[in-house]
Amino acid sequence: MINPHPGLPELQYFRPGTLAEASKFLAEHEDTSRPFSGGTDCFVRLRDGILKLDYLVDVKGLKETHEFSFDAKKGLTIGAAITMNRIASNNDVVNHYPVLAEAAGSVASYQLRNRATVIGNICNASPAGDTIGACIVYDGVLNVHGISGFRQIPLNSFFLAPGKTVLKPGDVVVSISLPIPPDHSFGVYKKLGRNTIGDLSIVGVTVLGYPQKDSASGYGFRIALASVAPVPFEAHKAEAILAKSKISDEVIAEAAKSAMDEINPIDDVRGSARYRKYMVRNLTREAITEVWSSISK
Amino acid sequence: MALQQITITVNDLVEVVDVPHNMTLLQMLREKLSLTGTKNGCTAGECGACTVLMNGEPVNSCMVLAAECDGAKITTVEGLARDGKLSKVQEAIIKTGGVQCGFCTPGMLISATALLDRNPHPTEQEIRQAIVGNLCRCTGYVRIVEAIKEAAKA
Repeated sequence: MINPHPGLPELQYFRPGTLAEASKFLAEHEDTSRPFSGGTDCFVRLRDGILKLDYLVDVKGLKETHEFSFDAKKGLTIGAAITMNRIASNNDVVNHYPVLAEAAGSVASYQLRNRATVIGNICNASPAGDTIGACIVYDGVLNVHGISGFRQIPLNSFFLAPGKTVLKPGDVVVSISLPIPPDHSFGVYKKLGRNTIGDLSIVGVTVLGYPQKDSASGYGFRIALASVAPVPFEAHKAEAILAKSKISDEVIAEAAKSAMDEINPIDDVRGSARYRKYMVRNLTREAITEVWSSISK
Repeated sequence: MALQQITITVNDLVEVVDVPHNMTLLQMLREKLSLTGTKNGCTAGECGACTVLMNGEPVNSCMVLAAECDGAKITTVEGLARDGKLSKVQEAIIKTGGVQCGFCTPGMLISATALLDRNPHPTEQEIRQAIVGNLCRCTGYVRIVEAIKEAAKA
């Protein structure tokens, strides 16, 4: 039983003035410090004793983390300080990256979404992260500031294990860039929680589809799955099935079955591995069917 | 334990407070300013009993460090009534009987106030979505939802 005391363990709060200062501090205290913005994941873990830190480095005072811009050629950039509510209600996100808006709006509660950020969701590296699937299917690239300056990390090579990423001591993820999505794309996020709104996902299915001239089926699909593997998972075999055969109900069912066979979920308090597998198949089929009926019109 | 001095406006009063770095906004309100209307429930951002307005938007005060609030404007349940007169959401929740044990009520009132600030005429679905982060174990929510509808009409 964890005593629900309101306090956090003893630690120092540090608000750096520049990115260079933040990276230097984080590198000097590599095992005992961590950057944060909303704190919605790390405060809980600190209270539970799962995460032990001497320093919390608040990055939302840094101007680079406040970038939130859309360019018709370059795409969207979302800074580390931009909250889920701002993303879910932003017109550019709603119009050009609707799956991201939908996923951001599905996180926890309104109050929590006023603090939680997409970058925090990504860096927390939970396989259940709601917005990670959308960022994967939109080909997100992280802009990271480390001790030797800026570099970019594609999201599909970012995750190593639950809570583990390729980030090095001193790294601060400043923002994520999403290129312009393919023309006439349509996507959905299907989230299965214990209740319809406000819960963590038992499974999450993100599907993006779009006309693609060079594929045999004439269409391309991206399928990202949450809470089914140690890291956010892209169902490449299912995507390949949808690219090579003319899309029909049977092909969609085959792709959904393939997504189920590709994953390796675990039993936990929210659902059994077997249940997750079947729900991935069902929700993937539902999601692809919805996307297909929209893009094939 | 290192202290940080912050200047914070709480219910229109400017306060200068020395806060330990690990003190949450919730603790500061209750323990330093004696504003015990804001409740400590789950301390995990789930139950919403600690909801306050920070710069006009609702947040879980258990999930905000006091040290982050330098310069912020906070409204707690104690700040909803004006000149001795309850706010329309407070009046409505009394009228509909949306209070039983009362533990969720401060957070519920703050979430409802924030909803009506951003959307003065919400649908029932919008009301229910706005209080997803406020758990009530007594009322079954029906009378709370009614209260918010009443307040929107007032």
